[in-house]
This record gives sequence, C-alpha cells and structure tokens, in this order.
Amino acid sequence: MQKLGEFKLPHFFNYPPYFTLQPVREAREKQVQLWKELILDYCRTQKIFVIGLEEEFPLFSNSVIERTLSHEAREAFLSALVSEGHAEWLDKGHRKCLILWHRIQDWAEIILNFVKDNGFEHSVMTVEEIRSGIESRGTELHGIDRMILMRALKLLQQKGKLAIFKGTSADDEGVKFSV
Amino acid sequence: MADFFSKAEVTSSGRPVLLRSEVECHLLSSVDIESEDNHHFYPLKSGLLILTTHRLLWLPSSSSSSTSSAAAIPLHAISHIFSTKKSLKSMFHSPRIRFQVLVSPDGRLFDPASGSGSSSGSGSKSIVLTAVVRGKGDCDGFLGKLWESWRARAWECNETSGSGSGSGSGTGTSTATSGGLYSSDGSVRMVGVAGILRKEQEMWESTDKSLQDAFQDLNALMSKAKEMVMLAEKMRQKLLSGSSSQTSGANDEDMGSKEEMQDWLLSVGIISPVTKESAGALYHQQLSRQLADFVRTPLQRAGGMINLIDAYCLFNRARGTELISPDDMLQACSLWEKFDVPVMLRKFDSGVMVIQNKSHSDEEVFARIKGLVTKPEALRSGISPSDAAITLGIAPAMAKEHLLTAESKGLLCRDISPDGFRFYINLFPEIDPRDVYLVKDYGICNTWIKAVSTSGLK
Repeated sequence: MQKLGEFKLPHFFNYPPYFTLQPVREAREKQVQLWKELILDYCRTQKIFVIGLEEEFPLFSNSVIERTLSHEAREAFLSALVSEGHAEWLDKGHRKCLILWHRIQDWAEIILNFVKDNGFEHSVMTVEEIRSGIESRGTELHGIDRMILMRALKLLQQKGKLAIFKGTSADDEGVKFSV
Repeated sequence: MADFFSKAEVTSSGRPVLLRSEVECHLLSSVDIESEDNHHFYPLKSGLLILTTHRLLWLPSSSSSSTSSAAAIPLHAISHIFSTKKSLKSMFHSPRIRFQVLVSPDGRLFDPASGSGSSSGSGSKSIVLTAVVRGKGDCDGFLGKLWESWRARAWECNETSGSGSGSGSGTGTSTATSGGLYSSDGSVRMVGVAGILRKEQEMWESTDKSLQDAFQDLNALMSKAKEMVMLAEKMRQKLLSGSSSQTSGANDEDMGSKEEMQDWLLSVGIISPVTKESAGALYHQQLSRQLADFVRTPLQRAGGMINLIDAYCLFNRARGTELISPDDMLQACSLWEKFDVPVMLRKFDSGVMVIQNKSHSDEEVFARIKGLVTKPEALRSGISPSDAAITLGIAPAMAKEHLLTAESKGLLCRDISPDGFRFYINLFPEIDPRDVYLVKDYGICNTWIKAVSTSGLK
C-alpha cells in the first residue's frame, strides 16, 4: 500500500487512467466521486484547509506512475466539491479553494458538541482558545482554520447560541456562549 | 520627234516615278537607244536604261549632252524581243538589245495608257529599236529579265485587279505561280531586302486575318455553348418540378423518360436533382453495386474495416480513367442500405467514416480487445492504438476508432500522458466509493493489483 506521508493511499491511486479526466459519463462520475472522497479524506487527516490549484499538492501527482492531474482535472474535481458544499472558491480566478471536509453547519454542530462536552454553555472563551486550547486537543477543532471557525461561530451567533465580541486586537476576539 | 516615246515622269532628284505596283527589275547604264531606220526619233544617247515590270525607262544621265527628257517604253508596246546573235562582229561591238515595238498611226510609240492608237491589231506598224549597252552592265541578265517581265504582263493584272480590289488578300485562291514574280491577285513580290520585308509583312497580315476568322468561329461556339447550358438547366428544373409534383400513379413511361433524362444530364456532368426519393439515378445504382463488389478484396486485406477515404483512392485508381467524385462515392455508399450487399457504411463518433462488412460484429472486436487489454503487460502499461492494430490486424487509425468505441461502451479507460494516448481496462465499476480500500478477491481489480505488484510497483 502506498503512502503519502502517514496517509494511506487507495490502490487505484496507481491506476493511470485515474489521473486523466475521463470523457465517458459513467467513468467520469465514478472518477469524480473517488477524487472528492480522496481530497476530503486527505485534507481532513492532514489538516489542510486551503488548496492552491497552481501549487504543488502532493495528492495531485503520483511519481510512481509518473502522472499528474491537469489543471482542468483539478478544477473539475474541486468544483464538484464546491457544488456540494464541501469547498469554496476563495477567488474569482479559481486559484485557491477552501476545503470544508465539514460543512460550516457541520462545524457549528461540532462546536456545540464541544461546548456541551466541556460544560462551556455559559462560558466565555477567546476564539484562539477554541482552536488551540487544551480542551480542543484531540478534537477536530484543534488547528481548525480561523476563517472557517469564524464563519461557524457567526452562524451560531445568528442562531443565538453565542455572541462574538471584539477584543483589543484580532487575537482577542472572544465568544460568550449561551447554549 | 522628241515625243516619239511616252513621257516618263521623273522626280526632282532624277528618280523615275513608278506606276502603281510597278517594280524595278534591272538597269543598265550608258545605254543608247536607236531605231533601226533612224528616222522616227533622235537617238537617245548614254542614258540609264531601267527595266520595270511595266515599262522600259530611259533616263538621261547628267552627262548626257542632249536635252532629251526621260522616255518610257511600255512593255505592252513591245511585240517582239530578239535574242542576241553571237557572231564574230558582236564580240567587238557593245552588246545590243533589239526589240520590236508597235507604232501607232500617228507615228508615235504605241502607248496604251495615253489611249493613242488601237491595241495591237494587224494593221499597226512596228519598228525595231536597239539599245546599245556601252556601259559595263550585265546585258544578258537584263535581256533575260526583259523577257520575264514582258511575258509576265504585269500591266494586265494591274488593270483587272483594280476591279477586284474587294476580294482582299487572304482569300486563299491565289494560285501564285512559283516561278513568276507576281501572285495572281496582282500583288508583287519585291526583290532584295524590300522584297523580303514585304513578304514578311504579307505573311503576318494573312496570319492575323486567319486568326481573326478562327476566333470568330470560337465566339460562335461559345455563344452556342451558353445556350446549351441554359437548355440543360431548364431541363433540370423541369425534372425537379416534375418529381415533386409526381403523383403515386405515375405511369412507367414517364418514369422511364425521366430516368433517361437524368442519365443524359449526368453524362453531361450535371448532378441529378432527384436523389433519395427515388432509388437514385441508374448511374448511382450501378456505381453502388460496382463499388460493393470491388471493395470486398480490400476489406479482407484490411481486416474487415477500411477507411472511406482509402476505399475512394483504391476505387478510383482501379477505375483508371472514369474517376468518380467524392460525392458520387458517398451517394454510392449510402445506397447500400437499399440493396442487399454485404457491406455497409459506418460513421464513428469522431466523424471518421468507414466501410465494413455487415457481418462485422462489434462484440467480436471488443472480445478481442478485452483479451488483449487484460494481459499482464497491458494491465501494467495499457495498450496503444498501434498495439491494437497489430493484434486485430487492421490499420492503426481503424484500431483507434475501435478503442474509442470500446471506451464509450465502458470497456476501456483512456490515459493521456507525455507517453501518448493509451487505454487500460476499466476498473472504475469495481471500485466502491464507500470503501475504497476494499479489494474483492475476485474481479479485475485483484488481477490488476497482482499484475502491477509483480513489476515492483507498490
């Protein structure tokens, strides 16, 4: 089994047609599906939140079989992620993509569970604590992308589950839970 | 007596004024002209004797003491020319030219131009004149030329050609005697460089004229051709309108003549307007059958499938002369579906058109491709169109079409890389997206993994 760092790659990663955008409908649909899963899996385990299309992304090349995904293929797979809500384009030129292996609302759910699990229903915390505090270790929240976290918090704020307040600087943003 | 002779007009520089179409032929210098009996005129002493086609001219030289003016003797007036007598006496004399001329009743030289006297009748008198050549000129040559000119009677042609001037030069009826100086229409060939130039000029003029005539014919032909084309168009229109308004109960006679007309139009090169409604013109039907027969052998050699363009080239080459157009080819092939022939025309998604045996089965080809692509070597590195071509025994272009068709059927997947365009067996259907790490014990994925791993790929 091939590995990319610690990540276990599936066997079809060495299948050359996997790296060529398939024209036939059934093959294309299956190919896209497999790539979506692979990207999300990889990003989740490696805690990667942003993919730059023009940058080297280890998943998009296979040096063993000497194949690389074309730009067209990359955009096709990421766009598929975007349309099902698991990614967002960060720019109009589709050069950077925000990967949401959890959708924003899923993150919101995770935060709520985190709050409940730790008894923070009425607490006050900084945003930074949520992402890198002791409690977050071992959870998916640990090391979460700040942008994503803010959006999830804002969503919760809209639902009235918390209130975001600014501190003296960006690092001091805090949250008052009222779950 | 001085006016015995006819007056010869002279230019200011002493050159004689020639009549129309009169040409100089010869001249002698220091010539005296005397009459035998010496009482008709004073002898003309030491002048220039010029022979022309029409006259004998005597011009006084500047050294001539007498006040005589230029004199002319129309050749018409000469009734006889004496041949030279070679005698001992003539060796020491100056050469002499003797000739007899007619004399009109009024004692003057007979001159037809002036109208004096009647034409030579039996009652006219004649006297003998002698031209004594004291100069160094060629007397014998002069005499010969005198004979020629006198016999050629250019003055007569001159008179008749005046009335016939409308007939022009290039009538083609000139029966120019090769020996003579003149052609029958009165035009005269000059001697010397001027003569050559004149001949050239006349040649150009006649060529030009004949070219003009020829082009007249061509213009006539072209206007006729235009009419022919218009006629053919009208017939074509009629055919078109006739076929569209045709009722189902058209009688055979009408159909027959219409078909004939179509054939005729086709043979002239006009495409028949009635194509798919009827079975097509007879020409196309025949062509279609012929093509079906012909294409059997190349098909066999090519493994059951041949590119339409290749078939077209082969067919035309075999025909040799009566080549067919690409349109004819297409027509002929599309007619096959109406007949019971063992071949068919097939168009691939890529647009490539091929001729294949009806018995050709795609399934059979796919089975062979599958066999090829599941070999261990092919599992590892796929197959290219040329690999398939070798296995299937067909041209690489045809093989590629087959591979593309197999891909569209889900049998193969493409792999495009700097190595080229290759195909692998399609593994996607076997992969379960919910459990991507699962590999069934049976199935193609397992085979593939085994094949790949044996080569060292992990």
